Amino acid sequence: MGTPDRATILPALAAILAGAGATLALLLAETQWHVAVVALAGVAALLIGGRAGFGDAIHRSVASHQRVTSATAWLAGAVVVFLLREHNFELLMLCTVMLYVLAGLGLTVQFGFAGVVNFAAAAFMGVGAYTAAVLMTSTGLPHLVVVLAAGVVTALIGSVLLLPLLRTRGHYAALITIAFGILFRTFLEVNDTLGGPQGLKVPGLQIFGYAFNEAIEFDDETEWSFYTAYAGVFIVVLGLAYTLVRRVERSWMGLALDAVRLDETAASAFGLNGAAWKIAAFSFGNFLAGIAGALYAILTAFIAPASFTFGDSLLLLSIVILGGLGNPLGLLPAALVVVVLPEKLQVIQEYRFLLFAALVILILLLRPGGLMPRRAREYFPGRSS
Amino acid sequence: MDPALFAQHLLNGVMLGVIYALVAVGFTLFFGVLDVIKFSHGDVVMLGAFTALATSIAASAAGLSSPVILAAMLLAAIVGMALVGMLMARYLVLPLRNAPTLNVLLVTLMAGTVIREGVRLFYPQGSNPKPFPRLLPTGAFEFGAFTLRHDSIVLLVLGVGAIVFVHLLIVRTRLGLAIRAVAQDPETASAMGIPFRGTVLATFAIGSALAALAGVVNGLYYSEVSFNMGLLLGAIGFSAAVIGGLGNVYGAILGGFVFAALQTIGAVALPFASAYKDVFAFGVVILLMAWKPGGLLAERSAERV
Repeated sequence: MGTPDRATILPALAAILAGAGATLALLLAETQWHVAVVALAGVAALLIGGRAGFGDAIHRSVASHQRVTSATAWLAGAVVVFLLREHNFELLMLCTVMLYVLAGLGLTVQFGFAGVVNFAAAAFMGVGAYTAAVLMTSTGLPHLVVVLAAGVVTALIGSVLLLPLLRTRGHYAALITIAFGILFRTFLEVNDTLGGPQGLKVPGLQIFGYAFNEAIEFDDETEWSFYTAYAGVFIVVLGLAYTLVRRVERSWMGLALDAVRLDETAASAFGLNGAAWKIAAFSFGNFLAGIAGALYAILTAFIAPASFTFGDSLLLLSIVILGGLGNPLGLLPAALVVVVLPEKLQVIQEYRFLLFAALVILILLLRPGGLMPRRAREYFPGRSS
Repeated sequence: MDPALFAQHLLNGVMLGVIYALVAVGFTLFFGVLDVIKFSHGDVVMLGAFTALATSIAASAAGLSSPVILAAMLLAAIVGMALVGMLMARYLVLPLRNAPTLNVLLVTLMAGTVIREGVRLFYPQGSNPKPFPRLLPTGAFEFGAFTLRHDSIVLLVLGVGAIVFVHLLIVRTRLGLAIRAVAQDPETASAMGIPFRGTVLATFAIGSALAALAGVVNGLYYSEVSFNMGLLLGAIGFSAAVIGGLGNVYGAILGGFVFAALQTIGAVALPFASAYKDVFAFGVVILLMAWKPGGLLAERSAERV
């Protein structure tokens, strides 16, 4: 690759700035009017920008300046958290959005890349959350280990479904995950050792002796919300997971997953083991969902079966579809719309399931690619082939 | 086990089986003609029950007698849901005919959510369970410890009658012939002059009318309906249709009774608490899928590549 022109980086920087600005504006908007205007402007910008070809410009510029843009994106995330440091509620919402994006990344790998359906994403988050709760209260394991263990346990429990999932396809496979989601929730509600419908309490996070649930005080005047520390950790986790998913997508593994999804028979004729790829994608996706669930349990300090219903699985699935199936980047605006909007617009709080269901129907009918449709694979990013 | 108690559980299981079979037949009919799953089916069941409830309230306010109310609510629910089914087929399912099949599943799942939330938000106090009127004769035959309620008999006759009616409709009539032809091969059927869209709409009307009937039977049997009963009923009906083998009407009926048997066994015959009956039933469904991926009465066909 030759030395790219410096000016070509501008669209990427502008996009990151716009994204961070829109996130901040949405989180900090005070009145209902501001929220509605910000949200509508954001969605309109995405749709019009995509149509006018800004998307291509941004895409090219990101592709030819990957190091700088990803560093800028991390920095932008840190700046957003820093600016929100004294806003408890807004930080909590930002953290929730990040966890939904993390679980959405898992679904993207499963459904978007490998084509394995999963209508029980919230149930798998629940497995991670309950594992973390039990491990943290009854063992003295370091909390970072607990979070990783929650991911591993979730992947293991998910592997129970592998045999039926691999033997079936299409609707039959969908039914298996739906049955698992319902089974899991019913199980939690009637199981007294896991707290039944009342749920479990979860202690705060401690890493290397640092307790996250204490407000961060510098002197008597400045005090940061304790969610700042959580948000910092979540940004690191989400950034790592996002980078990993992106790398997988771009590598030969992503190519193999795409091939298996598009035509398993043809893929196997080229020597790809479809079952192995589906197992890998399903387990990895559940691992991410489990980690998201564990972090969710720690963040909210309390978990109950009602947080992991079939409806929540559908909400996660609507995030993935709204963002653009298979495009990890689309998860962020979609999660902002699905998670933050109802919290901010109390008018629609009561109607949120109704509205999102209707929204997903409209998207599937009119714009099946979502807000940010997935692009065709580029074998040499940044080079106009 | 005490024979009277056994008979009681058996009757209860059969009753459940009839309701599940009514729902499952709808799933399998839709899958037969279009190769799609309409997951909002359970919520159509619920909407049918609420339509019947609203009609019965209006009719009893008008001072009609029980049999007339019953007929009025059945008619309203069946006609109303047949219309809803046709509208969904026309505006949600048919436009997505060439999209990936799971998109249809998603679209109808979301349509189900719209129906469910619509009833919760817009039916007066829709988020609470509603008492369903007892319109059937209340007496019972006593055989020792075993009681056979009169209303159970009526409901069984109604449910079984509907299944037999649909069977005859599919096997004996021109419409049934058209449905079977479209299910087998839509293009050839069109070439033979069978109107594709009309047949699909008719199938959705029949399936949704069965769902309405299932909703009314369910309401009369339990004397209670609630806005979220459709989710579980839909999942059970879907499971039943899949266990039996999608596209096969007899499979769906069989599946309905299998699921009811699993729930009954889970509730009474197993060592753990009866609250685990759904965990048990859905667990067995997952195992059954691993054992017979195409359902118990699977179509014998090789995959087309």
